[in-house]
Amino acid sequence: MEYFVQQLVNGLTLGAIYGLIAIGYTMVYGIIGMINFAHGEIYMIAAFVALIGFLLLSPVGAGAVALALILVLLGAMAITAVYGWALERIAYRPLRTAPRLAALISAIGMSILLQNYVQLAQGARVKALAPQIHGGFTLFGSGGFAVHVSYLQVVIILLTFALMIGFTLVITRTSFGRAQRACEQDRIMAALVGIDVDRTISMTFVVGAAIAAVAGLAVTLYYGVIDFFIGFLAGVKAFTAAVLGGIGSLPGAMLGGLLIGLIEAFWSGYASVEYKDVATFSILIMVLIFRPTGLLGRPEVEKV
Amino acid sequence: MIGRIVKDAGIAALITFALAGPIVGLPILSGPQGNFVLGSRFGDVAIAVAVVFVGRAAYLALREALPRRRIAIPLGWSAAAAPLGRWFAPALIAFAVLLPLLPFADRRVLDVAILVVTYVMLGWGLNVVVGLAGLLDLGYVAFYAVGAYSYALLAISFGLSFWECLPLAGLFAAFFGIALGFPVLRLRGDYLAIVTLGFGEMVRIILVNWTSLTGGPNGITGVPRPSFFGIPFSANPPEGTTSFHQLFGLEFSSLHRIVFLYYLVLALALVTNAVTLRIRKLPLGRAWEALREDEIACRALGVNPTATKLSAFAIGAMFGGFAGSLFATRQGFISPESFTFIESAIILAIVVLGGMGSQVGVALAAILLIGVPEWFRDLDQYRMLAFGAAMVAIMVWRPAGLLSRRAPTIRLKGG
Repeated sequence: MEYFVQQLVNGLTLGAIYGLIAIGYTMVYGIIGMINFAHGEIYMIAAFVALIGFLLLSPVGAGAVALALILVLLGAMAITAVYGWALERIAYRPLRTAPRLAALISAIGMSILLQNYVQLAQGARVKALAPQIHGGFTLFGSGGFAVHVSYLQVVIILLTFALMIGFTLVITRTSFGRAQRACEQDRIMAALVGIDVDRTISMTFVVGAAIAAVAGLAVTLYYGVIDFFIGFLAGVKAFTAAVLGGIGSLPGAMLGGLLIGLIEAFWSGYASVEYKDVATFSILIMVLIFRPTGLLGRPEVEKV
Repeated sequence: MIGRIVKDAGIAALITFALAGPIVGLPILSGPQGNFVLGSRFGDVAIAVAVVFVGRAAYLALREALPRRRIAIPLGWSAAAAPLGRWFAPALIAFAVLLPLLPFADRRVLDVAILVVTYVMLGWGLNVVVGLAGLLDLGYVAFYAVGAYSYALLAISFGLSFWECLPLAGLFAAFFGIALGFPVLRLRGDYLAIVTLGFGEMVRIILVNWTSLTGGPNGITGVPRPSFFGIPFSANPPEGTTSFHQLFGLEFSSLHRIVFLYYLVLALALVTNAVTLRIRKLPLGRAWEALREDEIACRALGVNPTATKLSAFAIGAMFGGFAGSLFATRQGFISPESFTFIESAIILAIVVLGGMGSQVGVALAAILLIGVPEWFRDLDQYRMLAFGAAMVAIMVWRPAGLLSRRAPTIRLKGG
């Protein structure tokens, strides 16, 4: 029982990170119908920017962890947002009307480009960050096994939760959210009623990248080690999460992310660590066979 | 006008500063006590910002100064390529056949040529699945891996010769193709892409972890080299056997094996091409292309989508398996590292850059994407960076691929 709860906590933390990345995939897919393959690299860059931020701040204000955290978070979000914008402007906007495969290849090219760019600029070796948030508490325990929850896990889960509420408000209440949903339904019609479609799509990339920045910061704090290659697997899993939840659906992305995190944690805890990714993909295939539109996705009606 | 250009270029420079500032300007270095410290490299950032500012300004100024005239390259290219195409493909094949006889064909040239032709073959194999049947496969490398490992394991464990292993490896890969095909029959588009990607990763993870069979991350060493139909290429053959150079009365040269391997790869690639072109004319090939265009209309016309899709997966996978066997026998050593997602992406890029479904286009794209970067191996660090940039640039420049004109399978007579 204690072991189960421990894995549950670990899985939720991991799932929160995947869910945050998955939102970027699902938003972009919803609005322009393409897999933004380079989104995982955006998350990787966010992790690097966060690490650089902590290293910059460490000699200045060693005591105020909360302040440093907020500064690094804002900095990482700003820088990655620019990356998201530039990505769309350079690699995707010229291909808006091109065949879908062309955009996919361009996205894969961008992913390779960004990976090698970071490798060249920052070196191929693994980078590490000393733990910034120490301590934790014991939830409950008996028989020699205590369920331990670190403050860091609490911070990550709370941060994700707060971000989700804020983000939902942005999508449902603001004019950008309305424009975003309108473009998702029908881009031409949205343009006809005066929505700047190009701007809305750019903003979608900016917002998606900024949310991925939170995931990048979280992973830097949680694991403490990053390298230029972390974006690929995280990206694939986050995309899997988005598909699992039903691509184009925002609550679906979060749900899918949490499920993937939980599957991974429980599989690592009870079966084998080596095959955790195989388990993730197998479950994805099973879900798609029995429910091809994902858990919360709307079925696509196809007309001839 | 000048003011507008300066403003626009200034914004571009600012964005470059935001992009490059932290990642390029503040490298994370290893400190003295094993910790990490920040270095600074703002000179490079300044150069990048200056280059972008000047480049953007020059581009905008040129665009203003030159009269607005559409450069007709995109349209003209395809039209000009049509008559070219008639002799271009035979010329390309003739060049490929004669290559080992040319004076500059040393060991390095042939090695690159073998690599390029292997990728041409992989591209043609994937073209069956993506270009003809319209099934987006991001895990093609799985079949390549299955072919390579089948060949290596069969040859080492059972001592089978290359010519016995090759069809078996193709068969195994085809079975894997069907195994992948079954669960994904109902999926399409991006769902299919992600499941095939997952499948490719699963195969790789299993190869890494099933140490007792595959040797895990260390891979398999000592994969037998190809022989000339049972005659080895060694300098000193074992007692009682004849070596290739003895049989033909030649001076021993290590190049013989390379040349033989090159012709082997080339022959198999041409077989792949011939089979694909023939199948396109059969009802099966027509069904593939019809399925790509409209699945519902296909069902209405009585085309069986299950059999059609599975056959495309199986045949595409089989060619991948053949290529994998060739890869294993060429390298003599295989490990899961050779079968990562990036390989799938490169093969898919070859197909899409070549203009989906165009056989000559695939060959050209393979030369461009594999041969040219191989030439710049000395610039190893920047090779993949340029590779990614080239993928983006070619797609932006020609979204439909290099040769997007596809000859129709069937023409109406008269009219």
